Amino acid sequence: MLDSFDFDVIRRSLGHLLRDGLTFTLKLTALATLGGVVLGTLLAVLRLRGPAFIGRIAALYVNAMRSLPLVLVIFWFFFLAPYIGQWIVHAERPVPVGIFASSLLTFTLFEAAYFSEVVRAGIQSIPQGQVAAAEAVGLSPAQVMRYVVLPQAFRNMLPIMLTQTIVLFQDTSLVYVISAPDLLGVASQVAHRDGRLVEMYVFVAAVYFGISLLASSAAGRLQARSALVHPPT
Amino acid sequence: MNYHWNWHIFWDVSPDGANSYLDLLLQGLLWTVATALCAWLLALVLGTCVGVARTARVAPARRLAKWYVEVFRNVPLLVQLFLWYFVLPELLPPAVGLWLKQLHYSSFLTAVVGLGLFMSARVAEQLRAGIESIPPGQRAAATALGLAGSQTYRHVLLPLAFRIILPPLTSEFLNTIKNTSTALTIGLLELTAQARSMQEFTFQVFEAFTAATVLYLAVNLCVVSAMHYVEARLVIPGFIVRK
Amino acid sequence: MIEIQHVDKWYNPSLQVLKDCTTSVAKGEVVVICGPSGSGKSTLLKCVNGLEPFQRGSIAVDGTLVNDRKTDLPRLRARVGMVFQHFELFPHLTVQDNLCLAQQKVLRRSRDAAVETSTRLLGRVGLGGYGEKFPSELSGGQQQRVAIARALAMNPVAMLFDEPTSALDPEMIKEVLDVMVQLANEDGMTMLVVTHEMGFARQVADRIVFMDQGQIVEQASSGEFFASPRSQRAQEFLSKILAH
Repeated sequence: MLDSFDFDVIRRSLGHLLRDGLTFTLKLTALATLGGVVLGTLLAVLRLRGPAFIGRIAALYVNAMRSLPLVLVIFWFFFLAPYIGQWIVHAERPVPVGIFASSLLTFTLFEAAYFSEVVRAGIQSIPQGQVAAAEAVGLSPAQVMRYVVLPQAFRNMLPIMLTQTIVLFQDTSLVYVISAPDLLGVASQVAHRDGRLVEMYVFVAAVYFGISLLASSAAGRLQARSALVHPPT
Repeated sequence: MNYHWNWHIFWDVSPDGANSYLDLLLQGLLWTVATALCAWLLALVLGTCVGVARTARVAPARRLAKWYVEVFRNVPLLVQLFLWYFVLPELLPPAVGLWLKQLHYSSFLTAVVGLGLFMSARVAEQLRAGIESIPPGQRAAATALGLAGSQTYRHVLLPLAFRIILPPLTSEFLNTIKNTSTALTIGLLELTAQARSMQEFTFQVFEAFTAATVLYLAVNLCVVSAMHYVEARLVIPGFIVRK
Repeated sequence: MIEIQHVDKWYNPSLQVLKDCTTSVAKGEVVVICGPSGSGKSTLLKCVNGLEPFQRGSIAVDGTLVNDRKTDLPRLRARVGMVFQHFELFPHLTVQDNLCLAQQKVLRRSRDAAVETSTRLLGRVGLGGYGEKFPSELSGGQQQRVAIARALAMNPVAMLFDEPTSALDPEMIKEVLDVMVQLANEDGMTMLVVTHEMGFARQVADRIVFMDQGQIVEQASSGEFFASPRSQRAQEFLSKILAH
């Protein structure tokens, strides 16, 4: 079996695979993480400190996103994005939105729900004494959040957020369903063109495995080092 | 908005001549639930074995279990499904490979096996965390009474651990249901696949996906309610509730 | 009944927790092990029924060697009862099931026989009628008495107690000690007890074993030990403990 494994097809298309496919995947991962964390933090803060009505809407959003399959959400935004574009730009007809843009929109909005849960847990894990001390000094609620609570929450939650990013990284493979040119998409193209499904899919699996393993061991080491210690109250 | 809404589309007959689109969506839902249940069963059985192995006193078992979990956790589900569906038949002797490819319910079986193994790693990790959270004195007390290792697991550690991890296990079951949608890429006609197919035939994109969304939310609600009931029945008086 | 000979135990090459421990407990004897924290008392106790391994020396219970690889440890443990500092009742089982579990699974008694034994023992420790309750519904003292009953249900030849009253509120200590005194005097049970309760020791113990830093520093009959301890460390310890 192994002697017919065509390493050559991997070598020949390696440049294409990495330059185009892996880059798409990594770019999507990085930008969606950024957007997801920002939006997720906003959602978490709104749920915990915002007016009740807004908080309930945020909660509804988070729970809805977490109840739906990512594949479905990918389809939703793939078809919805042009209409959103039309609404934003006040055009006459739906605005064609590129695959990357629609994917980025999808993943940012989807993962924000998951990041918001992480941030929410992080904020709630900060002892009440910290908030009390900050308020006693005269800081406004927004300042307390910005200068005391969030920095500590983020520091505590960094390992979990890293894990969530790794999950995001693996989730991006699902853009396959809208024929996106991510790592799996490109590999699939090569596989069908050259008739080498085995080599291509095994290669993709190996790349995902390698990157994920490295990233999660880094997260593990981070977790061992970064836990903030609060003096016993 | 240039989109033409047509909510009556659900009652139109689909190209197959016999079923309405609503029928097809419900059939898809049935496949979703069936796949999820079978995969979850597989995940529970395997996950329990691996989870127990992760806490065993025998180092080789622990290491093997750790690698099992790492392999299934670090490769995306979609890629795993492709490996099972496209790569495995090629790696087996040609006769076996051919038989696999021509199996009547190959998409369903592949989805069950692939999803089941993927989720088993997560079940194993939850179980490991659950077992490790049990105070070590419990294991000591069971051992001191003369219970053998397997008896200790069966009568003390596992009953406690499963009750502890019931909430995260519920989440994992819900994840299993959601993950069935990934199998549309290998031809399983589950709910999302049916919605997509309906969209391709009728161009009523948002009606199709709204229906799918509503159905997924409904299933979610049912499972969460059912699990609340189960948790209430199984609670150990005063043990976890006090946390 | 219990023979401990020259036992050495290391957690790692630089940490030796038991140093050349030698003592014995005759049938029907009550031996109390006392000493400051970290002296290795609990560790030594756990070596007797094989819960903790040890590297050198030997321990024999009723003639069976604990550290022999051929020994059937579960069977040995079934014959030696152990009571833990934190009771360790199984929270998901009723009191009665706690008592019946090992009887049925290890001794292979029938359910009826197990229930009969459980009921009898619960009555003995003053908790008749508590069979259907869960451990969390019981006070600490009650839980510990159930734990003693659970160990007795196995018809042990000897009982090990690891600081049985240290985790109890003061008002519950007496009810547990009363059960232990009864066990010693009326049943003539062979008992090895790690405890700080010197009142109990004075009343019931035949011999006192004093440990410090992993070594058995002094062993004497109860009377001798309390009247005139020979070693300086024992004297210091007693003066601190008995001060209040």
